[in-house]
Amino acid sequence: MLSTKTKSSGYFATLQSKMTITWNEMKRNKSIYAMIAPYFLIFFTFTVFPVILSLLVSMTSFNMLEFPEWVGFKNYAQLFVRDDVFLIALKNTLVFAAITGPISYVACFILAWIINELSPKVRSVVTLVFYAPALSGQAFIVWTLLFAGDSYGFVNAFLLRWNLLLEPIIWLKDPKYIMPIIIIVQLWLSLGTSFLAFIAGLQNMDKTLFEAGAMDGIRNRWQELWFITLPSMRPMLMFGAVMQITSSFAVAEVATALAGFPSVQYAGHTIVTHLMDYGSIRFEMGYASAIATVLFAMMLGTNLLVRKMLTKVGE
Amino acid sequence: MLFIFLAAVGCFMALPLVFVINNAFKPINEILKFPPDFWVRTPTLDNFVDLYHLLSNSWVPMTRYLYNTFFIAIVGTVGHVIIASMAAYPLAKRKFPGKTFLFTVVVLSLMFSATVTQITNYMTMSWLGMLDTQWAVIIPAIGSSLGLYLMKQFMEQLPDSLLEAAEIDGCSEFRIFWNIVMPIVKPAWLTLVIFSFQSLWGAGGGAGSMYIYSEQLKTIDYALDQILAGGIIRTGPSMAATLLLLLVPITIFVISQSSVIQTMSTSGMKD
Repeated sequence: MLSTKTKSSGYFATLQSKMTITWNEMKRNKSIYAMIAPYFLIFFTFTVFPVILSLLVSMTSFNMLEFPEWVGFKNYAQLFVRDDVFLIALKNTLVFAAITGPISYVACFILAWIINELSPKVRSVVTLVFYAPALSGQAFIVWTLLFAGDSYGFVNAFLLRWNLLLEPIIWLKDPKYIMPIIIIVQLWLSLGTSFLAFIAGLQNMDKTLFEAGAMDGIRNRWQELWFITLPSMRPMLMFGAVMQITSSFAVAEVATALAGFPSVQYAGHTIVTHLMDYGSIRFEMGYASAIATVLFAMMLGTNLLVRKMLTKVGE
Repeated sequence: MLFIFLAAVGCFMALPLVFVINNAFKPINEILKFPPDFWVRTPTLDNFVDLYHLLSNSWVPMTRYLYNTFFIAIVGTVGHVIIASMAAYPLAKRKFPGKTFLFTVVVLSLMFSATVTQITNYMTMSWLGMLDTQWAVIIPAIGSSLGLYLMKQFMEQLPDSLLEAAEIDGCSEFRIFWNIVMPIVKPAWLTLVIFSFQSLWGAGGGAGSMYIYSEQLKTIDYALDQILAGGIIRTGPSMAATLLLLLVPITIFVISQSSVIQTMSTSGMKD
């Protein structure tokens, strides 16, 4: 009895002294905290706090006017059991992510790898050509003209001229074509930050590694790629994966601009457009927050999983 | 073989933008021509003149939309570069309690997009009275985590000896940051400029339309959407507008490309 008491008081004493040390350290560093304060104030208010808040709000029924009513997991149950449109959105989002994520990731790397062989002048021009779509923001709406439904639409006109079509296809109103077109445009936009990171990583590779590899019996470029280039690019690959995964789950702007909102038979409906529907049109904030939380879990989960997988590269 | 692949992908990437350029200079009879030609035959500046007339006849003058676009992009970018760099410096170069925690949260935040926080941010903004002001777009952009992450990674490679010398001279942390670190990390802040500017330049269409609903606060890409909604007859002017809007971020990128590549070479994530 007595011994446990001294033990616990000893524990508290060390904890207290630890806290005093930390506190003194914090006081000594107050100019540092002053410097990081503005950023982290904004960051926590608009990035961290909203995630926690949305977890809480997702357990309520809230319309921004009346006081929120606690409903527990009802929103989630409704989402997965009753809401057929959500299930379509979920399916579409997963298809978009499963196709655009890996393809764009591999394309970013392979293109960067090929570009790296070019002379510096040509390289910077080619980099610009490939990066321009990601840079151009709203310019993707030009695709609505390319895929316009009448015979003025460039794709239609082209196919008609070569007699591959007999009559124009209304691309963006046909559920069959909406999904592939959004994927094409999404891929067009996807050579972004990670592409630049890969180019940079390849340019700064230690050249002596290749010489050492040649001596260790590396015979062709593919072996060189797998045993030398990829492992030494691993930090870049991690960063690139985060960028591509996050954006591949967030398909919305392209979908609504091309296929409309809502799209025909919800063919271009994604989790994000579903979220916008409930959040900014119906103002069912509790339900919208549940959707946001599901999306959050999907993005974070995939990221952490892929991170685990990437540690295996080159082993 | 690889270069054929490169050329094919290059065509796919460039085609839509070449289409924009061609159509921006097509006279009306070429735009309405059937079947349509890809290349412009007799380039004219008519579309740019039409665009000017269309926009000056709108209820809110074009200069207002342009001003809004520039205001959001410039204030947001400058704020982001300064405030994120100021936070990146201690995270990269100093030891203090809470540092690892803060940086871990920043890295985790790269793993979900801003769409996740849109709904709750709308609520926060309505409580803070920020709705329907440009600050609703600007302030969250200042706290963007990609910029802080890239800046911190870049600053990490600065030699410690440089900072120690300044410390011995009795410089305050802020002076070390502003007078010594910032001039050296110019490539990194040019990178933050291009990323931030690029995301804010078109921001009026995406997140902006959710937080800003007054007509006189909307941006030029919103006006552009209205023109494009006019159908085929408006193709010329809207392509002219798209081209003009494209030129700004592309120019900035061309100027800062080598700095961006230099910065991205430190962007790697440790496992």
